[in-house]
Amino acid sequence: MQLCDLSAVEIRDKILSKKTSAVEVLESCLERINQVDGCPGSIDSRPETKEDAEKVHAFITLTEDSAREQAQSVDKMIADGDDPGPLAGIPATIKDVFCVKGTPSTIGSRILANFISPYTATPVERMRLAGAVLLGKVNLDEFTYGSSTESSAFQPSTRNPWDTSRVPGGSSGGSTASVAAGEAPLSLGTDTAGSIRQPAAFCGVVGLKPTYGRVSRYGLIAFGSSLDCPGPMARNAKDTALLLRTIAGPDKRDATGANLPVPDYLALLEKEIKGKRIGLSPDYFQITFPNLETSEYIQQPVPAEIMDATMKAAEIYRQLGAEIIEDVPMPNTRYGIPVYFVISRVEAASNLHRFDGVKYGHRTENEISDLRSLYRRSRGEGFGLQPKLRILMGMYVSAAQYSEQYYRRALQARTLIRRDFEQAFDPNGKYKLDALLTPTTPTTAFPMKDVYGDSVIMQYADQLTVPANHAGVPGISFPGGLDSNGLPIGVQLLGPDFSEGLLLQLTHAYEKATEDANWRLERPAVLREA
Amino acid sequence: MSKSNQEISRETFDHLVELAALELGQEESEYLHTQLNNQLSAVHVLETIDIADDVPPASHGVPYTAQNSPELRKDEWDACPNSDAILEQAPVVDDGYIIVPDIPHTTLE
Repeated sequence: MQLCDLSAVEIRDKILSKKTSAVEVLESCLERINQVDGCPGSIDSRPETKEDAEKVHAFITLTEDSAREQAQSVDKMIADGDDPGPLAGIPATIKDVFCVKGTPSTIGSRILANFISPYTATPVERMRLAGAVLLGKVNLDEFTYGSSTESSAFQPSTRNPWDTSRVPGGSSGGSTASVAAGEAPLSLGTDTAGSIRQPAAFCGVVGLKPTYGRVSRYGLIAFGSSLDCPGPMARNAKDTALLLRTIAGPDKRDATGANLPVPDYLALLEKEIKGKRIGLSPDYFQITFPNLETSEYIQQPVPAEIMDATMKAAEIYRQLGAEIIEDVPMPNTRYGIPVYFVISRVEAASNLHRFDGVKYGHRTENEISDLRSLYRRSRGEGFGLQPKLRILMGMYVSAAQYSEQYYRRALQARTLIRRDFEQAFDPNGKYKLDALLTPTTPTTAFPMKDVYGDSVIMQYADQLTVPANHAGVPGISFPGGLDSNGLPIGVQLLGPDFSEGLLLQLTHAYEKATEDANWRLERPAVLREA
Repeated sequence: MSKSNQEISRETFDHLVELAALELGQEESEYLHTQLNNQLSAVHVLETIDIADDVPPASHGVPYTAQNSPELRKDEWDACPNSDAILEQAPVVDDGYIIVPDIPHTTLE
């Protein structure tokens, strides 16, 4: 085991006790990146090589020099007897959806490929001030629009460290792949429909979508402003708690941020879970997707191995003293994706009008005679297929003549989805749940190119995660075993508003109860070969 | 492809593209037109939900209460400490001004 394979808490403790230095930890991570990551994503396309197909390609921009300066600064503070902060010397990767001053902040798009951010996003700034060593920016679906990271304009896109012929999930695929491959113990991502939890499930790491408003969105390149949630990814619950504690809390620059104190999530981890009420819902054990030929909906059970992993987790919680409540109705779960097709597109179209080739980002190099042509040409060249599709869909369903039929109805259905959660978690209601236990995804990681291009089926990869985004409630995905192909299976816990502490506590309890399980001995393929 | 998959006509699609200020190649235009209709087909299931008229639309999930809402900021301005860093990101700048081609205009009668 290398330094880079230790947990974030272990790394910090070793650095603070001077058993190692921040620079040594950084060098270990850089060596791992050098070993497994391959060439970074680039907009200058070239044919993919055989070697490319065996690498992870998590990074777009590796900020090695500034990372070394940060690590040296942490070591100096420790030598001087100063407090370097709660993330002292812990390397971390940042999804390239966050603005970081002085670095390319591309959102995986040609339209921002040349954009150097003049300021830093609040959650990133809080990590930096806490002593984290920022390794750089990692790949994602273009504008976060996807569930496989394949839509990035920066190719080669990230591959799954457990099987490099498969996708890492998305859109935070670079984040979860970098954590799974031991390139960094922590990563910061965003979740709009499942973009933290779904890739966390695919890559066998922990990913937490906080309650909407728990973490500031300042400096996040916006997609769906009522849905976007920055959040942490790590290899265990304790590290996830450590990063959430650092980034959460009110921010005067985000008027939608919740003005609530941030609990000490680490201190909550060891609390008893006896008596907690954990629900199971049949509505999360079936997957629904449309047959576009017949316009009919197909329903089928979640694959047996994913179902088994979820039920085993329930049994573990039962043995630990929790009460398992079965048959909790969440009847509007199945409308999560159709509602998302409307709401997220309207918000995306609104947010993407700002990219015009004038103020920043890509501007066409062709000779242009007037401003309208400049807009059309610059946007046509700069945006890839997925942003274009979302702009067009958002404009259509919010047009005056269709808005009542589509947009208003979707917003009403969103209310129904929220009510499902309110009823399940109501302390005076029938179910009185502390949390809902579900599978995270309808499948494990799928092969690259298998789904990409079919924008409808790709979206349905998020059907078990997106209801939490509509409702605003927090959710966590944690590894719950491996399938028969040796691919990670994710299990999800959803809780009431601002219950992140309990979700982390339950995840930690599951980790302790399964620490001797055989599947925990398995490592991602890129590390076995290394 | 079913009839509903052709709901957005080519004409409507082209109008949307114009409004969205996008210039598209032929191949991507065909892909986007097909995918747009496919997505719209997937949305139609919402019409089958029995939604009472008094169900309010939700613009966001978590309710903002007096307890969790941030205080309104005072209406004060802060000077940007480094406006040059922002202007440096503009593709074409001249003496602090962002340069664009001719702006189409119509003379009002």
